[in-house]
Amino acid sequence: MRRDGMFAVAKDQLDPLICELAHDGYTVIGPTIRDGAITYDEITSAAMLPRGWTQETDGGHYRLKRRTDDACFGFVVGPHSLKRYLFPSRLKLFSVTRDGQGGFSPDVEPPPAPKYAFVGVRSCDLAAVAVQDMVFNSEMPDPYYRQVREQMFVVAVNCAEPGGTCFCSSMDTGPRCSAGYDLAITELSTSFAMEVGSERGQAMLERVRHEEADANARHLVDLMMSTAAKHNMGRSLDTADLPEILMSNLEHRQWDQAGNRCLACANCTLVCPTCFCNNIYDRTDLSGDHADRYRNWGSCFALEFTYHTGGYIRSSRRARYRQWLTHKLASWHGQFGTSGCVGCGRCITWCPVGIDITVEATAIADDVRESLKRHGSGTKTEEADV
Amino acid sequence: MSTSLSQRPPIVTHASLPMVPTMARLIDRVQETSNTFTCRLEFVDPEAAARFRFYPGQFNMVYLFGVGEAAISISSDPDDLSSIQHTIRHVGSVTFAVSRLEVGDVLGIRGPFGSNWPLEACRGRDVLLVAGGIGIAPLRPAIYQILKHREQYGRLILLYGVRSPKDMIYREEVEAWSKRRDFQVMCTVDYPDPQWIGPVGVVTSLMRRVRLDSARTSVLVCGPRVMNREAAHSFLSHHVPEEHIFVSLERNMRCGIGQCGHCQYGPKFVCKDGPVFSYDSVRTMFSKEEV
Ligand SMILES: Cc1cc2nc3c(=O)[nH]c(=O)nc-3n(C[C@H](O)[C@H](O)[C@H](O)COP(=O)(O)OP(=O)(O)OC[C@H]3O[C@@H](n4cnc5c(N)ncnc54)[C@H](O)[C@@H]3O)c2cc1C
Ligand code: SF4
Ligand code: SF4
Ligand code: FES
Repeated sequence: MRRDGMFAVAKDQLDPLICELAHDGYTVIGPTIRDGAITYDEITSAAMLPRGWTQETDGGHYRLKRRTDDACFGFVVGPHSLKRYLFPSRLKLFSVTRDGQGGFSPDVEPPPAPKYAFVGVRSCDLAAVAVQDMVFNSEMPDPYYRQVREQMFVVAVNCAEPGGTCFCSSMDTGPRCSAGYDLAITELSTSFAMEVGSERGQAMLERVRHEEADANARHLVDLMMSTAAKHNMGRSLDTADLPEILMSNLEHRQWDQAGNRCLACANCTLVCPTCFCNNIYDRTDLSGDHADRYRNWGSCFALEFTYHTGGYIRSSRRARYRQWLTHKLASWHGQFGTSGCVGCGRCITWCPVGIDITVEATAIADDVRESLKRHGSGTKTEEADV
Repeated sequence: MSTSLSQRPPIVTHASLPMVPTMARLIDRVQETSNTFTCRLEFVDPEAAARFRFYPGQFNMVYLFGVGEAAISISSDPDDLSSIQHTIRHVGSVTFAVSRLEVGDVLGIRGPFGSNWPLEACRGRDVLLVAGGIGIAPLRPAIYQILKHREQYGRLILLYGVRSPKDMIYREEVEAWSKRRDFQVMCTVDYPDPQWIGPVGVVTSLMRRVRLDSARTSVLVCGPRVMNREAAHSFLSHHVPEEHIFVSLERNMRCGIGQCGHCQYGPKFVCKDGPVFSYDSVRTMFSKEEV
């Protein structure tokens, strides 16, 4: 439930807010600086936030930079997203012990799912959680995911200064948070404008000093957000007809270009907040009486990902890159009725050779759109199912 | 065409947890060929046994303690739920471990998963089954069902190809079927032995010997990838309607429930949307490499 209200909260109230969350039993997760990047970690005070820092991003490029001010949230997303908390990179699914009568008994005690409060979550990442919900919180829900999801608290932040590889406005996922938060902050020069997205958010707001925001503040937030969306996106992508164009041009020569440069390192799938692929494997202990099943992050860039008796389905890197890009921007629509890309730009930033999803998709789309214009709409590319 | 998700039988697991198998006991085991055997299983948990139903063409994830899981089609009669059967060719770790089990041993099952052969849509039509090697396993439940309601279908034809005569699975049953006047069975081998008097060559070569009434024929195909492709294309060139050519596809599968991503095939998850697809639903990807 979203309240229309907007509240003015002094910046020094961030620390009490974090304390109140911790007091309610939440493990508070927020942006911190580690290994030269802004990463999510447990925080116990506002002082741990990367205050006064920002970043410079481009294809295959990420550098932390000092800001000229001391903004609390003057940066955008780093390599981490909520994915690592909801869908951990390694999770034990169950343990099983031989029962001594030829059978076995699974121990299905649910793994303790922490109660997280996420502070500083961006709009693209909230959209990504909604996308992963369709995978893990569906007809056969993953119990761990569901539990973390249901008990999490979100303090979101609207992005007034999108980064060099951001294109959420093209994907309709930002820069302003529209759903999925309990509280949402827009950072103004001397205070926060805070919006409430849930009853829990409202109750939490009551526990810090706040007042009704004035009309000026509301107007300013609207203006900041529309400017960010219109003028400050580092990247853009024209998504009109994109799913059809990509799926009907699986043999386009541009796939060779990216395929030749791609190292199949899987960085893009690891940093992508929506990629859900995983491997399941079983381990026994030395006695052989006890076995565990684990689920690890997987990636469609791994050769063995498509192994089955008789060979690999996608043995070339071209095919694996094509799977990744078409899954994100095209076939996801067929699977879940939405794009699999939320425009966070992480895959561009963290690609060691700087392959850019917006550039690759645009190269194909422009070429096809151009030739459709030249030869009329009857031009046959390939048939497509999306 | 296939039964929609909501109409499928419930997926049976341990404690309704999607990734935790429920126990089943091996009660009987038949060696079909040097590397293929059929095992008969009974659920240990009576509640699982009571809930478990399946449609022809569906599969289970078969779990071996500490080894892992493999997708295996259910090869028995859907009307006989006192036990279920799996016909397994041992090619790797899980299938090998299952091949070593003895009667009384326990393995794990999750299932049934996936789409089924659309026998409803085949009613009143000629049904042509094309099986390559172990591909006959998922077709056997369909054969049982069609034979049971034989009057509801037109002609019934099975084209079955194996590498060599000794690789034939369900040999006695296939012989019994071929003796029926209402079931035309043709087998072919790639490598004949001296006793073999039947046709030699790939299974698609048998199609020349069948007079098809294309417009009223439904085709069900299951075999290796190359065979599936050739069979589908050959039926298309014989003008069998696209929506009446059904192919069961094989992919790497880890979960069976659309969560591991391994089985993706363009916009389809083979574990959920398949393994049985009508040709028209996968037409645009079917002939492309590495999709
Ligand atoms: C819907 C469906 C239904 C099926 N029905 C049946 C059925 O009824 N009967 C049946 O027998 N099979 C069936 N299969 C096939 C079966 O699932 C596979 O044969 C099985 O998963 C193999 O598992 P495994 O652990 O025994 O083999 P694995 O250990 O996975 O290995 C299989 C082979 O691949 C090799 N291998 C494994 N991993 C790699 C790698 N990364 N790189 C190179 N080589 C590798 C192994 O050495 C071995 O030769 C079905 C598959 C699907 C998708
Ligand atoms: S594909 Fe790239 S830009 Fe899109 S959501 Fe994934 S990491 Fe972000
Ligand atoms: S198939 Fe590839 S792109 Fe799609 S979710 Fe899996 S890892 Fe990500
Ligand atoms: S087997 Fe996991 S998604 Fe299909």
